[in-house]
Amino acid sequence: MKYKDYYQILGVAHSATAEDIKKAYRKLAHMYHPDVSKDPAGEEKFKEVAEAYETLQSPDKRAAYDQLGAHRPGEDFRPPPDWEQQHGGAQFSFDDLDLADLFAGLATERQRAGHGAGQLRMPGQDFEATARISLEQAYHGTDVELQLSMPEADAQGRLHRVPRTLRVRIPKGATDGQRLHLRGQGGKGLNGGRDGDLWLRIALHPHPLFRVSGHDLYVDLPLAPWEAVLGTTVELPTLAGPVHLKVPANTQAGRQMRLAKRGLPRPDGSEGDLYALVQIVVPATTGEHERQLYEQLATGSTFNPRARFGKEMNSGS
Amino acid sequence: MAAEHADAVWVTESQKYSLAELVALSGLPEAELRELVEYGALRPANPEAASWVFSGQCVLSVRAAQRIRGSFELEPQSLALVVSLLERIRELEARLGQVYAQQPRKAR
Repeated sequence: MKYKDYYQILGVAHSATAEDIKKAYRKLAHMYHPDVSKDPAGEEKFKEVAEAYETLQSPDKRAAYDQLGAHRPGEDFRPPPDWEQQHGGAQFSFDDLDLADLFAGLATERQRAGHGAGQLRMPGQDFEATARISLEQAYHGTDVELQLSMPEADAQGRLHRVPRTLRVRIPKGATDGQRLHLRGQGGKGLNGGRDGDLWLRIALHPHPLFRVSGHDLYVDLPLAPWEAVLGTTVELPTLAGPVHLKVPANTQAGRQMRLAKRGLPRPDGSEGDLYALVQIVVPATTGEHERQLYEQLATGSTFNPRARFGKEMNSGS
Repeated sequence: MAAEHADAVWVTESQKYSLAELVALSGLPEAELRELVEYGALRPANPEAASWVFSGQCVLSVRAAQRIRGSFELEPQSLALVVSLLERIRELEARLGQVYAQQPRKAR
């Protein structure tokens, strides 16, 4: 079993009072609580902090923890020989045990002792996990394999951390931040208690072409100045393959061209839209012939792109 | 070790949950959920009806409420305020995400 220094995690001295411990925990919870923190590593840090607080806030658990002795964080250790008997008489298998499970097991033993052995019905723990998938996987639906480590009780009620590989079908309908609910796929319940649930958050990898908003997609559509003026038909990539898009004459930069139902599928079977955002781009360098053509245009055209400036300034005075 | 296969259900706005389901899924007592509704932090789809139903987003909100209440030991009114503000942040982030998606990238 690997040692964790709960005092160090909370940033308090071994002599800290219960009030000091609560204060330190609250400060860290403000920083790292996954529901309020924007720190991407916050969730992992908060798990550590919550685990440390869970043990140190209870006088019994804190005393039991202190009796484990001082070790370096991460060091492999075993509790002193009579430790189990002193703290509830639980029979632990220490080899595949996490320190948090040791104290969770301790609490379960005490509750059992109070309610008669084996009688206490306890629901399994809910788990939250994130599945990172590509936009293409969200579009078509996909299978993901989740590697989870869950505490489970064996026939003797001893807790073990059990690795579980869960294959989850992510059906069509996903978008960034969406949740899947998997009933009964969390931690196992004890003594007939219901199994916990797994809540899976979908996170989409950024795509080089498409930007996502809900189930709508946005893609830039660069046009040459003459394409925007004369109109054209372009091949536009979509998640279902390229489509031909007719760009009308005199299309302005910034225009959003909507391609209905070319976005991501929604859970109810409808589809989001794809928006092509028109950009007018000019060549980085211009050859002599092209330059002459532009000069002819500049001389021959009566178009004033800044006509509005004069009008607005005059009306404002 | 063979992978176990699990069926999954999307949590969506259109999916409806009863108050009893919200209690079961969040672990918050019914009385506290009723308080969240009273303070306007949780909005049933049918506030006038005798049996309320809630959207999938409400399930996610009350699960967050349960975690926050446990971690910060908040009393119901403070919890309602936090839940309302988190919901506002969620809506603003979604709006910001839409505005960001609508901004053309610099042409190369």
